[in-house]
Amino acid sequence: MTDSTETKEPKAVENPHVVALVELCGALESSTFRGQQRVVVPADKSLDALSLLKSRGFDLLIDVSCVDYLEYRGAKHRYGLVYLLASTAGHQRLTVRVFVDDPEPTVSSVVPLWEAANWLEREVWDLFGIRFTGHPDLRRLVMPEEFTAHPLRKDYPLQGRGERHNFPVITRDRS
Amino acid sequence: MAVAQSGSAGLELPENVVVSRLDELASWCRKNSLWPMPFATACCGIELMATGAAKHDLARFGAEVFRFSPRQCDLMIVAGRVVMKMLPVLQRIWQQMHEPKWCISMGACASTGGVFDTYAVVQGIDRFIPVDMYVPGCPPRPEQLIQAIIDLQDKIQLEGTLKGREFNTRQRQNQKRALVESPEILSLDASRNPNLQRELSNSATNPN
Repeated sequence: MTDSTETKEPKAVENPHVVALVELCGALESSTFRGQQRVVVPADKSLDALSLLKSRGFDLLIDVSCVDYLEYRGAKHRYGLVYLLASTAGHQRLTVRVFVDDPEPTVSSVVPLWEAANWLEREVWDLFGIRFTGHPDLRRLVMPEEFTAHPLRKDYPLQGRGERHNFPVITRDRS
Repeated sequence: MAVAQSGSAGLELPENVVVSRLDELASWCRKNSLWPMPFATACCGIELMATGAAKHDLARFGAEVFRFSPRQCDLMIVAGRVVMKMLPVLQRIWQQMHEPKWCISMGACASTGGVFDTYAVVQGIDRFIPVDMYVPGCPPRPEQLIQAIIDLQDKIQLEGTLKGREFNTRQRQNQKRALVESPEILSLDASRNPNLQRELSNSATNPN
């Protein structure tokens, strides 16, 4: 599921933001890699945790992304969301992971916290099919609107399911 | 063009007189005044720009007037990969161009999909619109595109009539539906599309 060499069991950590998160959510898995702090937050508490982090100075949402851990060695969950946060005043960065599972991978939208999450979450919904509850306009972002699959899932074939050939043919006679 | 060196029926023609057919004259005018519509979606578009620029100077072949309105063009140059979200746009622009019109598929991606054998990229635009000339290369050099335009000019010279009857049949005009939204384009319904059905049955027998 995670970087195996770095991940430790829940433990006391020095990072004050992680300490505050532990007070909010209970024991959390966290790790550091080259000075970058990473923390895993349960899906049902993600909005509370992220709003706490925003109130603690993380005013900039860099990215919302997702990883599909289907058939990944040692993975306990199917999807791992990635929130990259930054504090412009405190010059700090924080990576927040939220794991969700099939059949209905759902997580709270963070658009109320950061307006930048709007299109980022639409992209994750488009390509991975993670549903963001509370999102104001959860439409597809990059794939055509009539597309039905979520193509970055690992069980979606690389060459698609024939969508790329599903167009009317215009010949010389009927152009 | 058929050039009469001297009157064979005993008629002496001056040196500066050329005898031809009006149809060939019309084709000669068409082939030397191609107005390209640049449908440039990727790196081939850079070579397309270089072809039109000063060093390679497409004006030598009468095809330098790039127009970005399909109404004014008669040669569509598809330069670059076309994704499935773009293909309805491509088809619509092709339908908006007036007859007579021709299409050059420039580069490996437009012709075959190239290295982008993925769910989103159309595997060759000739599956869905008619193509007159293919240019290999990734991307092709401007000389290759110029050669394709010269070859297309030869092709244009061999077809066509003065009044353009072959471009103006009832069948073509009835089917011209550039301004009508095509429900087929918007639909991904497998039940109505033989191409998709064939693709699905292929993938079922040959999983890859």
